[in-house]
Amino acid sequence: MSIEIANVTKRFGEFVALDDVSVSIPSGQLTALLGPSGGGKSTLLRIIAGLEQADSGRVQIEGLDATNLPPQRRNVGFVFQHYAAFKHLSVRRNVAFGLEIRRRPKAEIRSRVDDLLALVHLEQFADRLPSQLSGGQRQRMALARALAVQPTVLLLDEPFGALDAKVRKELRDWLRRLHDEVHVTTVFVTHDQEEALEVADEIVVINDGRIEQIGSPDELYDRPANDFVMRFLGPVTQLGDRLVRPHDVQILPADGHEPGATTGRITRITRVGFEIRIEITADDQVIAATLTRNEFLALHLQLDTTVRVRIAPEIQAGTVAVDSGPNLPATTAVT
Amino acid sequence: MTSATLAPDRPAWGRRPARGGRRLTRASGLGLGVAMLWFSLLVLIPLTAVVVTAADGGWTEFWSAVTNQQTAAAIRLTVGTAFLVTLVNVVMGTTIAWVLVRDEPFFGKRALEVLIDIPFALPTIVAGLVLLSLYGPGSPLGVNIANTRVAVFFAFLFVTLPFVVRTVQPVLAELDREAEEAAASLGASRFTVFRRIILPSLTPAIAAGAALSFARGVSEYGSLVLLSGNLPMHTEVTSVRILSSIENDNLEGAAAVAAVLLVISFAVIVAVDVIQRRVVRRG
Repeated sequence: MSIEIANVTKRFGEFVALDDVSVSIPSGQLTALLGPSGGGKSTLLRIIAGLEQADSGRVQIEGLDATNLPPQRRNVGFVFQHYAAFKHLSVRRNVAFGLEIRRRPKAEIRSRVDDLLALVHLEQFADRLPSQLSGGQRQRMALARALAVQPTVLLLDEPFGALDAKVRKELRDWLRRLHDEVHVTTVFVTHDQEEALEVADEIVVINDGRIEQIGSPDELYDRPANDFVMRFLGPVTQLGDRLVRPHDVQILPADGHEPGATTGRITRITRVGFEIRIEITADDQVIAATLTRNEFLALHLQLDTTVRVRIAPEIQAGTVAVDSGPNLPATTAVT
Repeated sequence: MTSATLAPDRPAWGRRPARGGRRLTRASGLGLGVAMLWFSLLVLIPLTAVVVTAADGGWTEFWSAVTNQQTAAAIRLTVGTAFLVTLVNVVMGTTIAWVLVRDEPFFGKRALEVLIDIPFALPTIVAGLVLLSLYGPGSPLGVNIANTRVAVFFAFLFVTLPFVVRTVQPVLAELDREAEEAAASLGASRFTVFRRIILPSLTPAIAAGAALSFARGVSEYGSLVLLSGNLPMHTEVTSVRILSSIENDNLEGAAAVAAVLLVISFAVIVAVDVIQRRVVRRG
């Protein structure tokens, strides 16, 4: 295990950011810390980097007890949401910074920086100032700067959070491919479940200063440990007393005899591209279901059609019993 | 990705059609006109008048006025002391700004914040009186620096204290703390972070404060006139020298000294700007 966090607690005044958190982050993988804002995931990342001191607990990086090491001696690369560029230095000097600090020979710095700039596709921008780059380019520069010192672990704090949706998606793909090339143990913080599911080998879900679940994207999506993880990882709807993903709701003709189905009336149909979102009102529950266009056409569904719905039999495992509380909105899409 | 360089729009100078045929709009023309008129009335015309008066008696008269032993001593003292004081201010002002912005709140921080501005707010002659009663012959501290050059130095220090503090403080408050954290996690010690990341960002502000501080020092009169004793060849500064020239009906002589000060101040401001640019570029 590359990073070992043991019983870490961190308070800011009265606010408990991390409450006795323990987690092992595997070597060479891309791990996401996923959770809502204010849940403690950035604090955990900053504690790993030494930018924040834990009130109690221990941090080990590659077998080395780093609990009391200053950030300078942890050999981690850190990438910030807002780039943290050295504004007065050119792109080249930004990337070279860590190597210059280490007093490497000039020629070595030069060739290593050239390699890194090529890796992040910024060769032709080497002599620009950060202010002359776009957000995505600045973040790639920050990444090259962090990689320059050959860190044991690479930590990224909401690295794509400040970018617009399209660039974010591009960089996400690019980070995944970069990681497959460089293989440095990487931990990134995100509140975007799609980003985590798409990029990460392993996801740690953090909420309210506690770890809710640790697992691969598949495990988390298919077998959420609880209500919170289920809701956080994607849209959910409630059917009877079970939470279920809208695409796992099966719609059947009104005259069938399948067991465990509820009768209801279609009260809303929305088409979003290839996907059709349907709301079915049964008793006083509003159930959301999503179908592909072809499924929708095959069923001849229209507003006010009476149908029967049930949880698709093959995915019973992926549902969670509703904890408590009043009925939630039909679809809780977390973005 | 674009490879076009970013060329900031240069403002058009004057009403002449700029490259590309762009003319000033009525509003911006009016604005420029008012600004120029204001600037001319308050700065350009008086400065020109000083230079013209200085040149009135011809080059020989100007040169003899400036090289007069007593005048030359006054100029040396004033410029030298202003220079020293500015150096002290660069260090102390930055330190005080740092304490105000970065340090944990401490008892009296708010009070300090307000007190910094007192040298601004106080009439300089009152400052002079304060300094005289504190460091004069009847000093309650037992420190008597009356009639010495130290008095000039102290008076300069007192009145120029706020400049660097007040120019650096807002810039320091706005600095990107994450850039410092990034540098630290790349292995930079606190000193290196300060020298290579923080200082280059502060330098323009420090330079601006230094230029103000120097200019204010050179022009100081009220705060030192009581304590320094105005001894010719020893503690007499240029502003006092100019006044005594005028009192002796030597207007050209006064103007000559003033013109020299003008040139020195201008040179210093340019020098500060050059140094500042170099520091920022070197990083």
